[in-house]
Amino acid sequence: GIKLRKDKAQPTVSVKRFVKKLENISDNEAQEILEEKDYVAALGTCAQDPVENGSSVSGGEVYSFKSPKHSSRLAELASELAQTPGQNVAPDHSKCPDKTTKTPQSSRKYMFLLLMHVFSLLLQNKKKEFVSTTPYRLRKRLAAPDPYLESESEYSASCSEEEDEEDHKEDNTVLSGQKTSAKTKAASTPPPSSTLTKKNKENKMSNLVEEYFEAHSSSKVLTSDRTLQKLQRRRLSQQTLHDLLKKAPLAYAAEIKELNQLHESLFSKWMLQLHLGFNIVLYGLGSKRDLLEKFRTSLLQDSVHLVVNGYFPSITVRSILNSITEEVLDHKGTFRSPLDQLDFIIERFKEDSSLELFVLIHNLDSQMLRGERSQQILAQLSSLPTIYLIASVDHINAPLMWDQAKLSLYNWLWYETTTFSPYVEETSYENSLLVQQSGSLALSSLTHVLRSLTLNARGIFRLLAQYQLENKDNPSYPGLSFQDFYQQCREAFLVNSDLTLRAQLTEFRDHKLIRTKRGADGVEYLLIPVDDSTLTDFLEKEDEDV
Amino acid sequence: GCFVFKPSPKKRRVSQKTAIHFGEGKNDSEDRELRFDTCQSLWNQIKLETEQIQEDLNKQLLDNVVSFLRRSHSGFQEKTTEWTCRTKSREIPTAALVLGVNVTDHDLTFRNLSEALQNNITPYIALLEAKDCPGIKNLMQKLMGQLMNCSVDAVSLEDEDYVQVSQNRIRCSMNSVVNWYESVTKKTDSETLSKKRTSSSRHQQSPPVVVIFKDMESFTTKVLQDFIVISSQHIRELPLVLIFGIATSPMIIHSLLPHSVSSLLCIELFQSLSCKEHLSTIIDKLLLTSRFPFKLGEKVLQVLINIFLYHDFSVWNFIKGFQLCIVEHFYSQPLSVLCCQLADAKERVNSLSHDQCENIRRLPSFRRYVERQEAEKQIGLLTADSFLKETTQKLLEDLHVYHENYVSVLRCLHVFTCSLPKYPLGKQIRELHCACLENQVWETEDYESSLQLARMLNKSDLETMLQQCVEILVSSSGKEFDKAVGKLKEFLTQFQKLEAEAFQEQDVSVSSQKELQKKTDLYHLQKTLLELKDSRRSKKLTKFEMLRFEVVDYIDSLVR
Repeated sequence: GIKLRKDKAQPTVSVKRFVKKLENISDNEAQEILEEKDYVAALGTCAQDPVENGSSVSGGEVYSFKSPKHSSRLAELASELAQTPGQNVAPDHSKCPDKTTKTPQSSRKYMFLLLMHVFSLLLQNKKKEFVSTTPYRLRKRLAAPDPYLESESEYSASCSEEEDEEDHKEDNTVLSGQKTSAKTKAASTPPPSSTLTKKNKENKMSNLVEEYFEAHSSSKVLTSDRTLQKLQRRRLSQQTLHDLLKKAPLAYAAEIKELNQLHESLFSKWMLQLHLGFNIVLYGLGSKRDLLEKFRTSLLQDSVHLVVNGYFPSITVRSILNSITEEVLDHKGTFRSPLDQLDFIIERFKEDSSLELFVLIHNLDSQMLRGERSQQILAQLSSLPTIYLIASVDHINAPLMWDQAKLSLYNWLWYETTTFSPYVEETSYENSLLVQQSGSLALSSLTHVLRSLTLNARGIFRLLAQYQLENKDNPSYPGLSFQDFYQQCREAFLVNSDLTLRAQLTEFRDHKLIRTKRGADGVEYLLIPVDDSTLTDFLEKEDEDV
Repeated sequence: GCFVFKPSPKKRRVSQKTAIHFGEGKNDSEDRELRFDTCQSLWNQIKLETEQIQEDLNKQLLDNVVSFLRRSHSGFQEKTTEWTCRTKSREIPTAALVLGVNVTDHDLTFRNLSEALQNNITPYIALLEAKDCPGIKNLMQKLMGQLMNCSVDAVSLEDEDYVQVSQNRIRCSMNSVVNWYESVTKKTDSETLSKKRTSSSRHQQSPPVVVIFKDMESFTTKVLQDFIVISSQHIRELPLVLIFGIATSPMIIHSLLPHSVSSLLCIELFQSLSCKEHLSTIIDKLLLTSRFPFKLGEKVLQVLINIFLYHDFSVWNFIKGFQLCIVEHFYSQPLSVLCCQLADAKERVNSLSHDQCENIRRLPSFRRYVERQEAEKQIGLLTADSFLKETTQKLLEDLHVYHENYVSVLRCLHVFTCSLPKYPLGKQIRELHCACLENQVWETEDYESSLQLARMLNKSDLETMLQQCVEILVSSSGKEFDKAVGKLKEFLTQFQKLEAEAFQEQDVSVSSQKELQKKTDLYHLQKTLLELKDSRRSKKLTKFEMLRFEVVDYIDSLVR
């Protein structure tokens, strides 16, 4: 930092000397940075000097983030930079014979460098564009990163396809951003002495900047843009996907079969251990459903057993308990709470020691069963000496479900049964990314129904749909309240009284186009039970029609 | 998502089924049931033993609590001044049981506790767990349910339906509890005279109502606070006693409850035995006895102990692991038929089939044994089943004797090593046990260093240790120890003699000092004295070493 001021004190310096100085400076700076190990602090001190030179804002205050690993990179870059002015001086010479202006600028240059570094960290990618752009643009862009970022987010999906188009687009956005950013730029950069020197300076800057970003380009990690979105046929119907998957050959079939046979040889041991008061939990990669099914069919044929498909999306502990009380114990009647039910079951099993029940639970760690209370109840069930529980878990953190007390109730024996078989059954309730969501059906039915309605009714529905789309980012969006809706419809001249609106809404409701629910405050809220993408599609289609 | 499958013909095979699964899938079907029976009987034996141990360990604690309860409400009926004074301040007598972090072991403790209370103090006990009581309402419901069930048991079993109904209908409040208590005590008073004299006479005139909070830490503070405040209002009519089960430290009461609430409690603290001591006792009683033929290998034991020490501190889990080991052993080893008491084992050896004999021949330890024998003997062992059986019997006997001796020798060794600085062989006997199982202990460096240290022991320590060893050896039944005991006693007497001699010598030296009155001579004398002593000590220690080597030799000769 001190050297910079020296430069200023001696404005008439030869280029060569300047280069040397700059080298010194960069070395000094690099050392400083390395010593401090804190980039922000270094940035702050660097920015402090330009402030003294006449700038108004220090970078450290504005951009307060830490990136200590960049410090060494900065040092590298600085030394590189120190060499570049020497090369660039020759062409610049003709344009600008006045070297004296260079020295104060060089300090600024340095600050710019830092600023750019900061911005590059902000932007994190797209240095290719930077390289090919003019310095003025670049500077503007650097000063106004927000519009750039916005534009970037717009075309990021298709970035690698057409770069030219992108550049155009970017130019536009940058130019549009110029005006808005002019003020902030003025605040953040030292005021230029004259436009000529500015131009000149920026010409030089361009090279520096290019070097800078070239130096940085290698370090950037590009995220792959080969997403599902870019697939030719990116959405398949459930059936085609199923067929395709069926055709895919199972790798290592023989080995897997062998593995399964190995697991099957443990069946009798499991039976023994179940009878001795242990419960068995199976873990490991691959669907364990077939294994358990085999266990069931081979050994449990002549005993009462209960199979619970934990992966079933609407399974609850209550349903498990119900099936025990109703079907196993033949008890008619209801219970006030699961705890009562559990007490009843425990009582019955304790009374009658000849009563035995095998419980097989596929995916004990499923969404519905992993709750604290469900696990507590299941644990208490499994602790009964005549209830034998054999379960499978798949989640890697499944053991975290159980605390000491529950573990001791469960009394697990862990068996690693890696089967490598696909989770076909278990995931049949999940939506695949490759499968087109059932949106098409909903969309067609939506349009179909709406086409049969009056224009006003369609307008009403559109209003509701638009409002819902506006609020799609709000996860706690309750729906449009009836009063507000009525107000909006009136303003759009769609209805003349709330009775007509209600009549329309009844029609919608009959076609299951909307759902109403009462909020906590007793207000009626209206909601279209269709996902947002379908709704968007629907509105687009409507727009085309109209 | 739930499907129940019922077999069409209801076959009820209960216990045989278990045995059938035992060893199924393997070809060695023979002796399966025998093996299973042995396994089960062994396990049952062990289970009984552990329960007994736990009961004994908890006895002290339980006695204390019981006496506390006796005291706490002794004045309720008599309305003594102390009682009234306490009720004025509305204090609830409370026992805080600090039980340690091994929550899973507490169940048994509480079961014992409630049994003990039931027998000695009061029939009215409510055991509450945090998971049942998310709110004060649930708590009261649970409390009333349990108390009223108690009363049904204690008073009469005539109208269960009535109680069932009322339990659901009664508004659960402390008032109703008080009413219930009054009616019940009146009833018992009248009824004790007529019929149930025996059962009720053990209890006091108006037995206190005991509410046990099994896991106090997991209760929500609000529930606890509310309950305490409410019940403190009724302490005059209801002799209530609270018992808190605490896993961490007694400070938790004060951090859970604000001062205004905790001042309503009159807390007495009870500390249970730490789980580590608990485990040591269990290991002592289960593994280091010759009573149970099943022994744990080094690695398994190490794993179990590690789980205990670094994972859960749960004795219960340790025992479960032990059970698993037993089952696994009997399941996978066809020869485990022989893992039973010596007399039975001998019989069983005689009835071994040819296949089993082959199994014996395949054992690595047996092979090593065979290789050490002479040629004819080898042939005999490998071909003739009867000869094999004979030798196996002999070997089994040896093994049995070895185990017997091993335990007592191990204890002796532990006596010596447990007080050495830095504990080269471990502080606990289980560590020593592990070390011994791992390899031949006298070959290890730790053993060497501990011997080095033992040589530097002072006389009194040595004597007490020897004394202890003698006791251990005398108490053990091994015949071979007679000699050792004799020798040890000899050592002891020698020590005593030495002591006496040393005193005498000192006297002599003092007198000689006085006589001679010469400094050089004094110095000389002292030097000689020191030398003398040194030599004595070294002599002692050589003897001691001899003993050590003897001990070592015992182990050596007995390890197979």
